[in-house]
Amino acid sequence: MNIVVPIKLVPDLVEELEINDEATDLERDFLTYRINEFDDHAIEEALQLKEAHGGSVAVVALEREETDKVLYTALAKGADKAVKITGLDEDASSHTAAKAMCKVLGDMEYDVVLTGVQAADDRDGQLGVLMASYLSIPHVSVVSDIAIAGDKLTLHKEYSGGVMASFEVTPKVLLGVQAARQTPRYAPVSRVRQIMKEAELDEVEVEAEPGAGSIVRRMYTPEKGEGAEMLDGSTEEIAGKIAALLNEKKG
Amino acid sequence: MGQEILIVVEHQGGEIADVTFELLGKGRELASKTGGTLTAVLFGSGMQAAAASLGAADKVVYVDHERLADFNPEACSAALVAVVGAREPWLTLVPNTSMGMDLAAALSARRDLPLVAYAIELALDGGNVIATSQLYGGKIYTESVLETGVVSVLGGSFPDAAGRVEGTPEVETFDAPDDVATGCLRFTGLIEPEGGDVDITQTEVLVAVGRGIQSEDNLAMMEDLAAKLGGAVCSSRPIVDNKWLPKTRQVGKSGLKVKPRIYLTFGISGAPEHIEGMKNAELIIAVNTDETAPIFEHADYGTTEDLFDIVPALTGMLE
Ligand SMILES: Cc1cc2nc3c(=O)[nH]c(=O)nc-3n(C[C@H](O)[C@H](O)[C@H](O)COP(=O)(O)OP(=O)(O)OC[C@H]3O[C@@H](n4cnc5c(N)ncnc54)[C@H](O)[C@@H]3O)c2cc1C
Repeated sequence: MNIVVPIKLVPDLVEELEINDEATDLERDFLTYRINEFDDHAIEEALQLKEAHGGSVAVVALEREETDKVLYTALAKGADKAVKITGLDEDASSHTAAKAMCKVLGDMEYDVVLTGVQAADDRDGQLGVLMASYLSIPHVSVVSDIAIAGDKLTLHKEYSGGVMASFEVTPKVLLGVQAARQTPRYAPVSRVRQIMKEAELDEVEVEAEPGAGSIVRRMYTPEKGEGAEMLDGSTEEIAGKIAALLNEKKG
Repeated sequence: MGQEILIVVEHQGGEIADVTFELLGKGRELASKTGGTLTAVLFGSGMQAAAASLGAADKVVYVDHERLADFNPEACSAALVAVVGAREPWLTLVPNTSMGMDLAAALSARRDLPLVAYAIELALDGGNVIATSQLYGGKIYTESVLETGVVSVLGGSFPDAAGRVEGTPEVETFDAPDDVATGCLRFTGLIEPEGGDVDITQTEVLVAVGRGIQSEDNLAMMEDLAAKLGGAVCSSRPIVDNKWLPKTRQVGKSGLKVKPRIYLTFGISGAPEHIEGMKNAELIIAVNTDETAPIFEHADYGTTEDLFDIVPALTGMLE
């Protein structure tokens, strides 16, 4: 089967996120973007399916400073094609991103679209479900355990408490991947460098379409001090305070 | 009649999900302020009797079809798109659950309605709805202004008591549109989790580990600590995805909801999906080197010490 994996690059949550002066968006100038972790799982799952059953994997991303690196990494891992979409602003909403991705998919041959179930920045909804709806194909979110059986796919959708539903579908279909069957593989830097010399990214420019339909009137970080009382002192002292709290609570 | 607020009812195995009552309670409050009406929309097959617990709504719109018996994203989206198309509600509230994720964005795209996701609060301002979303793993909040549209709300955001009203409101049946019957996605069954080694929902003291523990080998020292406390080790999702612990130890949205006396976290950031499963613990103590980690908003006590320093020190001090 031919699989397309649309991915989002999102701000690295390990770094401090600053808010702009208008308090309507992140201060994006100095942000470091990285691949949305669930998209990394979608790529892994796509590669696993390809390795077991043949077909191809194409990865599609919107342009950011780090997009080339992320796409070359996908190629180094085993993807056959990587497409960079240009022409959209960095703060493009999920709706705008989904419409742009769909335009690009219109010119590609695919059976299955795998994407991360959600991303840290999708204020106006998950990219995958929006895309499936624009493409008029069925979708399932929170998916794991994808298998190919003849011309059908089987998969699990996770609910709470470890309960799952199983589904069967004849492509085309879009699946929002929660977790790949194994931890996403790692591409050695040397391999990524080599691919950068050998391979080329496809580049497609699209015109941005209207977005989320709602505006952000305020963005803020939850107030410090609202939550935990921070314990201070040396490591020993802090451990001692925790021990005291535990002993008191255990009674 | 005023503006209509529509609530999508979530159910599984014939039982209505708690989050539905949370939404009904909030929806009722908003409707009483706007002078509008509150409608619950129920999809199912032979589920009509469930309307008896939806007394918080003024009306139940019921769509019956065999493909709606168990949740099917394709069939349910088709039904919801049709109901919203016919009624044109002012606001549609969908839970931001596994099921709701498949509905909210589909409705938004197919009816061209604005959508705000991951909402934890809803308020009114003039004629608009202000939806507060929790984004970036819980590190950033946004207030979005909506004139009309769809909001998907995180479970646990509102108390459910106000939404639990017995009594059957007027039930209006809505004929399933043709595209509910057709389609290529087939539900083939529910899979219940296997019985666990330890039932973490019944354990008084939980030592919760996250990606900060770095490697499977480091679980042993967490087990030692848990043993000293007479408790058990549980974890965030990545630990289970890595297969370091069984699924029965996962706390959160797609794991178990726990309410222990003590919940001690090590190297867990506090993503909304994790918080959903543990925020009702009696005493929460968090260890995380990142002072901006959202876990500290939910913990009673915290420290930014390195877990690899704290754990041995703490274990050594306990009897
Ligand atoms: C539909 C859906 C359902 C989900 N269900 C769940 C669920 O049920 N349960 C769940 O947990 N997640 C769930 N998730 C995943 C969730 O979004 C997060 O990805 C996950 O909770 C993050 O786990 P974590 O906190 O262990 O890892 P991270 O977010 O990577 O956090 C690791 C933390 O460790 C800290 N750290 C690193 N080193 C140290 C050290 N030496 N000492 C102290 N601290 C350190 C870091 O500062 C960081 O904050 C779900 C996601 C989706 C989309």
